[in-house]
Amino acid sequence: MIQYIWLVPLFPLLGVVINGLFGRQYIKEKAHWVAIPATALSFLVALGVFFEVVAGKTLNWDLYTWVAVGDFTATLGFLVDPLSAVMMLVVTFVGFLIHVYSIGYMHGDSGYYRFFAYMNLFMFSMLTLVLANNYFLMFLGWEGVGLCSYLLIGFWFEKKSAADAGKKAFVVNRVGDAGFLLGLLLIWSSFGSLRFSEVFEAAGQTLEVGSTLATAITLLLFLGAVGKSAQLPLYVWLPDAMEGPTPVSALIHAATMVTAGVYMVARSNPLYNLAPLSMDVVAWVGALTAVFAASIALTQNDIKRVIAYSTISQLGYMFLAAGVGAYASGIFHLATHAFFKALLFLGAGSVIHALRGEQDIRRMGGLLPHMKITGYTFLIAALANAGIPPFAGFFSKDEILFAAISSGRPFSFYLWALGALGAFGTAFYMFRLFFLTFTGESRVDRHVAHHLHESPPNMAIPLAILGLFSVIAGFAGFPPEKGLYHRFVAPVFEGGHNLEKAAHAPAPPEALMAFISVLIAASGIVTAYLFYLRRRELPDRLAQRFHGFYQLLFNKYWVDELYQAIFVDFGKWLCHRLWGFDDRVVDGAVNGSSWLTIAFSWGSDWYDLRIVDGVVNRIADVIQGGSQVFKRAQTGLIQNYILAMALGIFAIVTIYLFL
Amino acid sequence: MVPLSAYLILSAFLFATGVVGVATRRNVLIIFMSIELMLNAVNLAFVAFSRFLHSMDGQIIVLFVMTVAAAEVAVGLAIIIALFRNKETVDVAEINLMKW
Amino acid sequence: MSPPFTINDLWAISPEMVLTTAAIILLILDFLLPPGRRAVVGYTGLLGIGATFAALGASAGVRAEAFSGMYLSDPFTLFFKTIFLLIAALIILISLNYLSVEGVDQGEYYALVLFATVGMMIMAASGDLLSLYIGLETMSLSIYVLAGFLRKDRRSNEAALKYLLMGAFSSGILLYGMTLLYGLSGSTNLKAISRTLAAQDLHNPALTLAMILLAAGFGFKIATVPFHMYLPDAYEGAPTSVTAFMSVGPKAAGFAVLLRVFLLAIPSLQGSWVQLFYVLSVLTMTVGNVVAIAQKNIKRMLAYSSIAHVGYLLIGLVAGSPLGISAILLYLLVYILMNVGAFAMVILLCRQGLRGDQIEDFSGLAQKSPLAAATMLIFLLSLAGIPPTGGFVAKFYVFGAAIKAGYVLLAVIAVVNTAISLFYYMRVAMVMYMREEPSPITALSPSRPLHWALAIAILGILIIGVYPGPFLGWAWVSLTGLL
Repeated sequence: MIQYIWLVPLFPLLGVVINGLFGRQYIKEKAHWVAIPATALSFLVALGVFFEVVAGKTLNWDLYTWVAVGDFTATLGFLVDPLSAVMMLVVTFVGFLIHVYSIGYMHGDSGYYRFFAYMNLFMFSMLTLVLANNYFLMFLGWEGVGLCSYLLIGFWFEKKSAADAGKKAFVVNRVGDAGFLLGLLLIWSSFGSLRFSEVFEAAGQTLEVGSTLATAITLLLFLGAVGKSAQLPLYVWLPDAMEGPTPVSALIHAATMVTAGVYMVARSNPLYNLAPLSMDVVAWVGALTAVFAASIALTQNDIKRVIAYSTISQLGYMFLAAGVGAYASGIFHLATHAFFKALLFLGAGSVIHALRGEQDIRRMGGLLPHMKITGYTFLIAALANAGIPPFAGFFSKDEILFAAISSGRPFSFYLWALGALGAFGTAFYMFRLFFLTFTGESRVDRHVAHHLHESPPNMAIPLAILGLFSVIAGFAGFPPEKGLYHRFVAPVFEGGHNLEKAAHAPAPPEALMAFISVLIAASGIVTAYLFYLRRRELPDRLAQRFHGFYQLLFNKYWVDELYQAIFVDFGKWLCHRLWGFDDRVVDGAVNGSSWLTIAFSWGSDWYDLRIVDGVVNRIADVIQGGSQVFKRAQTGLIQNYILAMALGIFAIVTIYLFL
Repeated sequence: MVPLSAYLILSAFLFATGVVGVATRRNVLIIFMSIELMLNAVNLAFVAFSRFLHSMDGQIIVLFVMTVAAAEVAVGLAIIIALFRNKETVDVAEINLMKW
Repeated sequence: MSPPFTINDLWAISPEMVLTTAAIILLILDFLLPPGRRAVVGYTGLLGIGATFAALGASAGVRAEAFSGMYLSDPFTLFFKTIFLLIAALIILISLNYLSVEGVDQGEYYALVLFATVGMMIMAASGDLLSLYIGLETMSLSIYVLAGFLRKDRRSNEAALKYLLMGAFSSGILLYGMTLLYGLSGSTNLKAISRTLAAQDLHNPALTLAMILLAAGFGFKIATVPFHMYLPDAYEGAPTSVTAFMSVGPKAAGFAVLLRVFLLAIPSLQGSWVQLFYVLSVLTMTVGNVVAIAQKNIKRMLAYSSIAHVGYLLIGLVAGSPLGISAILLYLLVYILMNVGAFAMVILLCRQGLRGDQIEDFSGLAQKSPLAAATMLIFLLSLAGIPPTGGFVAKFYVFGAAIKAGYVLLAVIAVVNTAISLFYYMRVAMVMYMREEPSPITALSPSRPLHWALAIAILGILIIGVYPGPFLGWAWVSLTGLL
């Protein structure tokens, strides 16, 4: 079975080809008959491969050498080991369920076939990323999922906010990808290969722990991960990405693509183990993001944005785990998170669907009696996300928190404290969301209210299945560090663990820590219960009492405004101060294509999201101007051509003979 | 005996005359003749080299160049006639329908 | 004294003999057939190409210098002859329906295509300046006629005249270079020239002049800046099927003789011609790409794009390593497929009375026929060099060879140029996908042979893009006897 691994990405690719070529004219409303079998077959093969990996088989197999120049070879090769097997299974399984859900959600959309073609393209790229056995192919997959992400965020491109969100994601990800690419170049120039096995072996042999090279490589790679996985400070694109259709938010911006950064860091664990400084950076960025995003989620009113900030926060936990060397726990949380976060998004989509596009939780409430499946599965997901046993999220999050405090790194207690604080926030905002949406009295618009209905079966059944997995998936990791899951993936992270164990400090008993984290989560839920069901005047009073703090959270720490100020306004101000010109003169100077002014206006447009229309167009203007000039040389007169030829020869001869 | 350099200088002079003719004359037919002049300059050089190197290769090439030049003129005149039928001009300055 | 030639020599030229015979049969057949049945001539031409291919296979084993070294039959020749036959077959396929659309359904068209192909084959096989010149002129004369094939169309007349005058002029320059080379070495045989020059002082100004004139003469055929100026006009005016032919045939043949002469006859001057081609390469790709941006006519845009591609191809020659040269061969193969494919798309849009050669004519194509739009998109992506198409692989090898040979700056310039080229290729893609308003073209050409040509081109590009190994291996093997 394992030798058929190439079928896993192939099936979605076939789906893309068929829907892409024949979708518009012939398949149209039946596009799912192509896309869903493609993902289903892919999942079945993946399942077969998974069981063989469980039985102990692994595969590091080059299908063939794609391109090779001298010592640089790029191969089309697959690496199947426990880590990629887990990822592959999560991607195909969750992907399959979300495809099924999309039948109902996207029903009647004019771009139905286009949607499924993009989704299959995404599956293909993501599986390429996960199964690649070298950084080059991984990077191609990485860019591929990015491309699908922009296409799907801007799926309703006639909506300006959607098109803008697509552009924002594109621009922010370029920053991260530049880091990733530089990291790859550094790896290649240092080790002469991009194959995982060769790079890790060479790095292990030639590099000291803590060497500058290892630190530089891992930090550059992490910059890529920060962009793709929406961590501080590059997280700003993810909330805006919610402009895309909800199944896209579930698949790409919650369950799979955004976790690619975590996967990449985990995959590169032999490199990270050589760079303790980078590990600390990863851990702290993760922990800070976890708290930061959770705090913003406390006050948001858009149902999808709350979940989006929650995703950013949970991704922070995964990086925290990776940063303290508990890669296995990070990937475990990635898997459980894929289930319950996809479930949250699909549930939210179901609610939005029922309410005819309403996304503001202030105009929801009391939906539980109308939408039983959606409501109860949402509750399961919320419990899982909050970390209440025995739901999946409890096991994985608890493991991460325990790993943080017992890692023996400097300030590890503070890492744990940040994580715990984030956990309290998580429990609170999840249940704030649940109570405001599903319980209490209805604040739903009256025209919509009497149309309230549960979603059709093809939407409800995926919810139920994801709900089931959100309950049971956690047991794969029980008991902690010795569970089924951990024994399975242990071989991949072996080197690191020995290293970590050597530095182990005496840690508090695990059971106690688990108890504390349950207590924290429960108190978060109770607080939410008090605030939003029992004493509903409390939130407002609190908001007034701590007005400044509330505003800070509500406005998302003014980060968007800050970036605007730093990258746009400050650039303009600098421009004005340096030149003493007003806007008109600056524009005039731009039109006069003064080189310096162009350089400054590049800076000023940077975060304006006009980067695509602004900077690129301005470069284009210069080139196009040149094009117009050069084009005039082509006069249409034969004798000018002859003259050009003769003069050309004359010039060459002159240069050769007399210079 | 006339030295080789004399032939080569004459050849170069003829060739340059041809190039200047091609680049400056407006009448397509005269441009054609100038091109013939260039080819004949080359032929002269070939024959001269052939004589001084005691090798027959150069003279054989000359025969072929002359044949090809005749064919070229035949094709060229046919094209000029076709053009003249449509446009009634042999002035290259007016043949500039396509530019930029 | 050995006999002037043996029966083995005839084996070596058997493909050319078969193809010439086929062309003559076409001419006769054209007389015999009633008007309106001229497509039969085209199909017979395809048969002739098939027979030639068989002859090529049969003579592939004959690895020899025929006719006292005037004619070389080596793997390099075999590679080029194969791609020339591929070109001829593709061109006949795309022409079959197009000629009647343009109202010039005449049998001699196919004969001329075959004669031009014979010329290219002679060029690739030549081991002597004489056979090289004969091949070059056989090809050129046939193509001058083809360019003016729309006798009633002024643009076509003008294209033919411009091409002819410039071509004859450049032949004169090439011949002058040849005569200097002959005078300095005492021979017209490429290998003999190389042997004589190896023993000479290389600082002879006449030798340098000869090299420059040869570079200019071949530079005209492959269209490097500043010898490129005829090309956009000739491409725009010629019938589109002939433009497709002109954009690949003479260029591939030009590269064949360029490599032969510079690597076989004057490798001793390498130090000096590398600089020349370095500069020509940079100029060619930059001018080609920059001017292409301002074009509105797609044939003209593709003309400038083909100029830019010559710039990329020259990088391989500058690198000069076996890797660089084999990269050129691979690039030529890909270039043929994608360029003929792109022109075939222009023909696909061409209807009676509508030329369909403006970029605007592609607007809304994705709505009308997603398959056609996707096909064009793949050609454009390949031209721009984006994976997983053959264009990417070809560029990758050429640039990689340059970096390996130490020409990092050249590779960087080339990459920047590739970025510029994306701009105009993607503009066509935007017009196809983003514009909703329908273009005046109501339906696509229903011609089956044209669809076959498109299918061959697209499959070739994708196969080379995904699995380039065997093709690079083929190019690599083809270098034996050259380096």
